[in-house]
Amino acid sequence: MTSTSLDVERIRKDFPVLSRELPGGRRLVYLDSGNSSQKPAPVVETVREHLAMHYGNVGRAMHVLGAESTEAYESARDKLAAFVGAPSRDEVIFTKNASEALNLVAHAFGPHLWGATEAADPRFALGPGDEIVISEMEHHSNIVPWQLLVQRTGATLKWFGVTDDGRLDLSELDRIVTDRTKIVSIAHQSNVLGTVNPVAAVLRRAREVGALVMLDASQSVPHHPVNVAELGVDFVAFTGHKMLGPSGIGVLWGRGELLEAMPPFLGGGEMIEAVWMDHSTYAPIPHKFEAGTPPIVEAVGLGAAVDYLQGVGMDAVEAHERELTAYALDALREVPGLRLIGPASLEQRGGTLSFTLEGIHPHDVGQILDDEFGIAVRVGHHCARPLHLRFGIPATTRASFYLYNTTGEVDALVRGLHHVQKVFA
Amino acid sequence: MIGESMYQELILEHYKHPQGRGLREPYDAEVHHVNPTCGDEITLRVRVGDAGKIEDVSYDGQGCSISQAAASVLHELATGSTVEETLSVVDEFTRLMQGRGQVEADEEVLGDAVAFAGVAKFPARVKCALLSWMAYKDAVVRSASR
Ligand SMILES: Cc1ncc(COP(=O)(O)O)c(C=O)c1O
Repeated sequence: MTSTSLDVERIRKDFPVLSRELPGGRRLVYLDSGNSSQKPAPVVETVREHLAMHYGNVGRAMHVLGAESTEAYESARDKLAAFVGAPSRDEVIFTKNASEALNLVAHAFGPHLWGATEAADPRFALGPGDEIVISEMEHHSNIVPWQLLVQRTGATLKWFGVTDDGRLDLSELDRIVTDRTKIVSIAHQSNVLGTVNPVAAVLRRAREVGALVMLDASQSVPHHPVNVAELGVDFVAFTGHKMLGPSGIGVLWGRGELLEAMPPFLGGGEMIEAVWMDHSTYAPIPHKFEAGTPPIVEAVGLGAAVDYLQGVGMDAVEAHERELTAYALDALREVPGLRLIGPASLEQRGGTLSFTLEGIHPHDVGQILDDEFGIAVRVGHHCARPLHLRFGIPATTRASFYLYNTTGEVDALVRGLHHVQKVFA
Repeated sequence: MIGESMYQELILEHYKHPQGRGLREPYDAEVHHVNPTCGDEITLRVRVGDAGKIEDVSYDGQGCSISQAAASVLHELATGSTVEETLSVVDEFTRLMQGRGQVEADEEVLGDAVAFAGVAKFPARVKCALLSWMAYKDAVVRSASR
């Protein structure tokens, strides 16, 4: 069965690794895109071409290569801005990854001892009595930066729970988000459950109490059409390597007016306007947040990834993954002793399926799937340990889909799981 | 296939029928070790008798077949031997596990533990095999310092 909306066989040809043979003559079945995606030839080629022919430092080199490199880097920013519907290109900050984007925003809060030159904005003033809200389904990258922040400032960390069927528990929304809340930061889509969270409901409450809202969109931007202006939130973080781009590049989108009010994150070259021995003034956004030589080639590669995704169409990507997810939910239901951790229905969910197999540790599942069938899944807690604790399990096996996966690969997974069960019977 | 070399019959046997599992009294030292990358954990106790003889290694924990089977084999090998003898087995086992599959196992020293030789080819799983053995070494050191 092939998708009606997207020619998956044609797309697969764009990904060199998908026709690779693994040691022992196995074919690769890559079901780990939630961890990191594979790269299409145009991205590989763009990166190679830039390194080979156009490489120079950005922003400061007064020569042809410097100009070409700067042009390529900045036009990647334009592409990213257009891709997520940013009202202004200057609101797109290149970071190393989503984790850095989340840390950058967390770092902006505090007692505001940092700058003599900028007035402290009360929205970022944080101290004892103030509250930060996250959720139990977060990736560690959207937990630890906030833990560090409350440790520094004496503020309080609160969180939404998760329901048994893997949804954000908003039953106590009004009790958890209060007029002491300064920011709510949650996943747009869970990297374990696949759940797509109800942003509008959270946003409504946050606005009532004057809190900011940040989305960890690491798992949504690669897989769905996302428009930050329509979402109406304040900050959105995502990461290049999960959306066909290179590793080492991520994005923070933030409302310009907020980014301007925030203190710099890292200090260094390119983020300044003028420097004296005892103080500095800072460059306007986006460069205020891009200290030092940025991941130039990585950004250019991410721009090519965005071109590729737009060529396919994000609606088509979403529809294809939805079809695969429907197929996989049905197929996995047939595996005895399999417990799905996450929504069993297609409603508000993406193509990430985590599960346990009764009596068999996920590491053994993953190892046998890989060794015997070349099936790459992720096993463990997927950097979401609190969520696993919530479900009373140490680890899960996770299959995650992308535009290049097929229903045949879902069948391979199911066959593999039956075999795993035979080995440990 | 490749996988078969890791999941030796003996490993699966120990996993399905673990030897000496469960925490017992008396003991001289208790340790708790975790593998942070996968969440495997073990609580392990040793009882050292006269003349440095290991009277009991008892343990409890959770984890994959490799980590659980390794604990079971450890229990069998260590119980009844002297501390010194067992530490040389631990050293040999560690050498084998960290040898990236290039190290020839000394079956004389390792006994059943030689079944884990295949694990050494999988860097991600070496820590699983070593979890209980490192815990054991730690426990023995602590029992001596008491
Ligand atoms: C939901 C979510 N948030 C954050 C991250 C962190 O991304 P990165 O490691 O690229 O910073 C990931 C990926 O691992 C993720 O799935």
